[in-house]
Amino acid sequence: MYSEKVMDHFSNPRNVGELEAPSGIGTVGNAKCGDIMRIYLDIDENQRIRDCKFKTFGCGAAVATSSMATELVKGKTVKEAMEVTNKAVMEALDGLPPVKVHCSLLAEEAIHAALWDYAEKNGITIDGLEKPKSDIHEEEEEEEY
Amino acid sequence: MKKIIYLDNAATTKTAPEVVEAMLPYFTEYYGNPSSVYELASMSKKAVTESREQIAEALGAKSNEIYFTAGGSEADNWAIKEAAEAYKDKGKHIITSKIEHHAVLHTCEALEKKGYEVTYVDSDEKGIVDLEKLKKAIRKDTILITIMFANNEIGTIQPIKEIGALAKEHGILFHTDAVQAFGHIPFLVDDYHIDMLSASGHKLKGPKGIGFLYIRKGIKIRSLIHGGGQERARRAGTENVPGIVGLGKAVKMAFTKMKENTAKEKELRDYLIDRVLKEIPYTRLNGDGIKRLPNNVNFSFQFIEGESLLIMLDMEGICASSGSACTSGSLDPSHVLLAIGLPHEIAHGSLRLTLSEENTKKEIDFTVDTLKGIVEKLRSMSPLYEDFMKRG
Ligand SMILES: Cc1ncc(COP(=O)(O)O)c(C=O)c1O
Repeated sequence: MYSEKVMDHFSNPRNVGELEAPSGIGTVGNAKCGDIMRIYLDIDENQRIRDCKFKTFGCGAAVATSSMATELVKGKTVKEAMEVTNKAVMEALDGLPPVKVHCSLLAEEAIHAALWDYAEKNGITIDGLEKPKSDIHEEEEEEEY
Repeated sequence: MKKIIYLDNAATTKTAPEVVEAMLPYFTEYYGNPSSVYELASMSKKAVTESREQIAEALGAKSNEIYFTAGGSEADNWAIKEAAEAYKDKGKHIITSKIEHHAVLHTCEALEKKGYEVTYVDSDEKGIVDLEKLKKAIRKDTILITIMFANNEIGTIQPIKEIGALAKEHGILFHTDAVQAFGHIPFLVDDYHIDMLSASGHKLKGPKGIGFLYIRKGIKIRSLIHGGGQERARRAGTENVPGIVGLGKAVKMAFTKMKENTAKEKELRDYLIDRVLKEIPYTRLNGDGIKRLPNNVNFSFQFIEGESLLIMLDMEGICASSGSACTSGSLDPSHVLLAIGLPHEIAHGSLRLTLSEENTKKEIDFTVDTLKGIVEKLRSMSPLYEDFMKRG
């Protein structure tokens, strides 16, 4: 079902974990749909992403896209990181099954959400960056069990 | 192929070698069409008759009440659609449950589109259909009650005897999808007042693509397939002779060894449940502790997602299944787990392990040990677990 690259990133995910004093954190997705991604960014004074970590609750594709997304943005400037789209993540993974494409969108959103958090904390604007749509805490409040 | 530990016997079973052996001559030696007149064909005809008798005996039914189909889904579709059609002058109301297999649920939904009304009765939090609610759902125009014998995901055994009695008392047809129960738990159709029953070969070590519908004599039901006179003209088409032979053999084996097999399975099942609940924290057992198929185990591991779990188990050669959305291709997790009241994220983290008597304690030990490591790894990657630990 999955490409070798996806399986590789799923079984040996890169950059799993947390950062102690992150410059930005972004969490997207919701437990209801079965995917939550959280990305931590450490960004230096030149707006370069020094380090990046993630935690993901989700399927194989969700883990692999998070892992690949962190790899792709690491070392890049904030501006360059904005160019890491879901398509770029998918291509880097040699594709995803059609039903899993949303996982790569989630990875892009998670990066954007973390960048948004960074921008807000530092009072800057990043070209092309919009306020993240999905946030688990908003979704959770709507949920009634 | 690497060595595998097969723990997905509710999905399908390995065809027993004895079954394959019994089937083989009917491909190349006795290949005649059972409807033909010559000697060669009489062998096929005899084999079909014997298989039918075998099945009838197992159910305490008559052999002319057994109709071969291409599996459980077909039997479910036939029973529900064609009984609904045949009895529509009496009424257009059907009762089923929320935890049925899709072969029943989607058939009922299709009937709703054709103007039938369907009541989907709740089950309790263990996954047992609520008898009181079922009783209350009965109306003057109720023509059919269809409730599964045992659930394929969480293994709960339903109060079929009580439901059968209730249906009889009200003069309503009673169909049960016994795909997971037949050959695994003992019962007779008369004792349970079952009017129609679906079963499938590949869940009891028989071949895939063969099953049957039991239809009590005197029940009005339309033909499923029009054509020749096969299956008393109710399900036309040249018989799947090797499949029918294989099914008969599998049924014979299952019933001869039922006691012995289920005893082994239960022991393994309870050992597996005990170890997992003791050794893996934040885990729940879904389904009922006692009213449960001898080979079914279903857990939910909090904070992790089922598909990831399955892939990691597969890497270790362990075959299992999950009610997570990602494994079904839809966004929602299993309707059964939601029906017993599990929140979505707990349903996503479910794991079903279904055993056979061929599994060993060693395999179970390996599985539990592997599972512990995987659950730990996935939790260490999970933002839900992180939040939970920080909240304390
Ligand atoms: C309860 C139940 N009903 C029906 C079916 C469908 O049977 P088959 O695969 O033979 O069509 C299954 C098997 O998946 C089942 O578990």
